[in-house]
Amino acid sequence: MELLERFAAGDVDAFESLFRQHQGEVYRWIMRIVRNTAAAEDLTVETFWRMYRAHARFDPAKGNCGAWLRRIASNVAIDHLRRARHEVPLPDDLPATSRQPLGEQLAMRHEILRAVNKLSPRIRAVVLLALVDGEPYERIADALGISESAVKVRVFRGVRLLRKTLSQAGVHP
Amino acid sequence: MREPEIDDLKKALKDALPAVNESELQRDLWPAMLQRLDQSAIRVPWWDWALLAALAGALCFLPGIIPALLYQL
Repeated sequence: MELLERFAAGDVDAFESLFRQHQGEVYRWIMRIVRNTAAAEDLTVETFWRMYRAHARFDPAKGNCGAWLRRIASNVAIDHLRRARHEVPLPDDLPATSRQPLGEQLAMRHEILRAVNKLSPRIRAVVLLALVDGEPYERIADALGISESAVKVRVFRGVRLLRKTLSQAGVHP
Repeated sequence: MREPEIDDLKKALKDALPAVNESELQRDLWPAMLQRLDQSAIRVPWWDWALLAALAGALCFLPGIIPALLYQL
């Protein structure tokens, strides 16, 4: 029996194989949304836990396990942002990326992070995935269970809100 | 919205946010997963306990319902 079929039948060994195959990919996807190592590890486990609980509903015939996991992971990560009002942390290393003085760069980054943290979790996830990590709209749409045009709308709203918040703070990137 | 219009914002976001593209999982999470599976196997949801307590209370304070319950069973 194929691995996915065994998983769907509730075989824990098959689940372990799938876990080991996909844990890195799921972790990286969640990291892109929550940007916090410890939270991403916990949420990776939560994602696979939800997957395991839903094994009976998984159809191996039409099953793309990676896509299914990405969708669960996206929901788990957005739930986490809602619950924890998680803030994207400032990076420890701040490489000089322009000729601006370091103080100005820090202030600008602080304002940008503040603006990102003000976005709603659903919009923030799309903005981070699309604008920062360059994920294709199609992949984001698939992971969030929405249409590509809905992704575009969220990006548009996110950009508008970011620009508004930044211009109120006197920052014009 | 045209792409060039958001390029400057994209760049500012990339500069401001910690890069995660290269972040790899630092440890195997399977032991944590096993722990989660074990916990869930023995954990009884709180509402089950609440239901049990309500049933026990009802049986103690309203013994008259016992025949009715037995009849229903």
